[in-house]
Amino acid sequence: MAVRLPFAWMVCLRYLREGRMQTLLILAGVTGGVAVIIFLTTLISQLQVSIIDKTLGSQAHIVIRAPQAVNRTSLPPDSTAAIIQPRAQRLRGVDQWASVAQLAAQTPGVLAVSPMVSGAGFAARADASQSVALMGVDATAFQRIVRMPKYLQNGQFDVSGTNTVIGIELAKDLGLAVGDKLRLVTMDGRDDLFSVAGIFDIGNRDLNRRWVFTSIKVAQSLLNLPGGITQIDLRVADLFAADATARQLQAQTGLTVDSWMQTNAQLLSALNSQSMSNNLIRFFVTVIVAVGIASVLVVSVVQKQKEIGILRAMGASPWRIMSVFLLQGGLYGLVGSALGSGLALALLNFFAKITRNADGSALVNGELELSVVVSACALALGVGLLAAVLPARRAARLDPVQAIRV
Amino acid sequence: MTSIIELHQIRKSYGMGTPVVTEVLHGIDLSIREGEFAALTGPSGSGKSTLLNLIGLLEKPTSGQILVGGQDTEGLDDAAVTALRGRAIGFIFQFHHLLPGFTALENVMMPSIIDAGWPTTAAKEAALRLLEQVGLKDAADKRPSQLSGGMQQRVAVARALSLSPRLILADEPTGNLDTHSANDIFELLQSVNQQQQSACLIVTHDPALASRCARQIQIVDGQLVPAPGLS
Repeated sequence: MAVRLPFAWMVCLRYLREGRMQTLLILAGVTGGVAVIIFLTTLISQLQVSIIDKTLGSQAHIVIRAPQAVNRTSLPPDSTAAIIQPRAQRLRGVDQWASVAQLAAQTPGVLAVSPMVSGAGFAARADASQSVALMGVDATAFQRIVRMPKYLQNGQFDVSGTNTVIGIELAKDLGLAVGDKLRLVTMDGRDDLFSVAGIFDIGNRDLNRRWVFTSIKVAQSLLNLPGGITQIDLRVADLFAADATARQLQAQTGLTVDSWMQTNAQLLSALNSQSMSNNLIRFFVTVIVAVGIASVLVVSVVQKQKEIGILRAMGASPWRIMSVFLLQGGLYGLVGSALGSGLALALLNFFAKITRNADGSALVNGELELSVVVSACALALGVGLLAAVLPARRAARLDPVQAIRV
Repeated sequence: MTSIIELHQIRKSYGMGTPVVTEVLHGIDLSIREGEFAALTGPSGSGKSTLLNLIGLLEKPTSGQILVGGQDTEGLDDAAVTALRGRAIGFIFQFHHLLPGFTALENVMMPSIIDAGWPTTAAKEAALRLLEQVGLKDAADKRPSQLSGGMQQRVAVARALSLSPRLILADEPTGNLDTHSANDIFELLQSVNQQQQSACLIVTHDPALASRCARQIQIVDGQLVPAPGLS
């Protein structure tokens, strides 16, 4: 024998070969299970990333605003009735916004901070006019929140001086092209003439019609908020920690702080139920694989009962016997997960070929994430070993005399 | 000559903790000496197999003392007893009990593989020599199912010899064979006993075989009785 195989390996491999049919069947089971887990996990995480990207690509993860103005009443405590009408919310700046922005920037997990002045206005050209959302931003800072260059159809994202960037729908409505002039008017009659520096298509018709970007200074003067800003946009590293970060900032500043998780509650619950169903499927597949391995090994121990007795009589310790079956379970898991990873890769590539987005791009890419593969393999190995524990212990505890007599 | 194994006042009961306790062995004193060739005879149900299992350290006595090479086995844990058994004692069973998935050579090597943890070249050479000794050199790569009953039992003898145990326990090694093969096996055991100086204890029903052994131990109803021709 060229290779010096330790006892447990030698016996285990021989048993696997002897029970070819069992080995093949259980390997097919583990392979299928691991493939399903890897395939589903990869698919769902890719789809989630693309959904999140589509939805959150055009919005800030966290928005800090001035608190809503509320009525302060001085009614006597024993008063029984009062009619309190909610106050009209006039445009208000964020108090001390510069220090709030600095605080936000220093908060762990926050990647980018962008102050914005926004309010209602009209865009007018010749006889045509459209109501728009005026958004005064710092071009560099804002591009860290929303990747505007990605969405630009024409021109560039330049809001310096009296340049403005508008959406493609507004450009259509008003017949504008890059370089054309456009008048922006606010409710109290302030207005100015702008030239269109860029036209964007953010993938949402309504936003393409409503969003008009200018510089902060210009927006401040148009909206009569000198030196003030109306909201601070944040981008965070961990999307799903956005809510916690928002709560923390709210507690620190006393301002209204909303995360995307609140403003897109439905998306969040859809993502959550997707993840949950994925976890459920993974759980059940894992349980089924474990039960499969365990049952094959239980049968194997019963079949080999006599041989186990002989080995014990020849001096094999209970631990040696146990290791034979543990190894068998571990091998089922390990080999099954290697094959399963291959199958998952094939499935994913197949799926990437047959499914397309509306724009013809691939819905998923046929690549496996190493971490998913490694964790699935570790899971399969662990499950294999764990499933083998009971049968292996049973084998180890066989009384040699009884076992041989069978 | 020194004793390989000594039994002092061995009692063995089955069904302990149940209303029906059956004592199978009633205080056995026995010692097997180095290089001895002994037969253990007795009618069915007399406790032969139980006694053999106790000597082979496969079972533990209910009371009494078993010394192997002067060492008391009382209180040894399972792993220690297993290791002692593996090295000191070779078994030959009535039905060959070879491992069906392994070749004759691998079966013979198995005790040394178990002992060393892996197969060594030396173990392979030793196993080949043993197969040659039992006249089965050419059958080294055959599976047990490809061998006749007599050949299987010879492989089993070779296997029992593989760690050069000081004691070979044979439980009716010829019980399952025709007269000719039975005689072969018996003579093989005799030659092993003479060449290797391993003590042999052979359980047998056959008075003719028993009479050819140097020492005869007879057990009746769980007690040793003086046998005719006791040396």
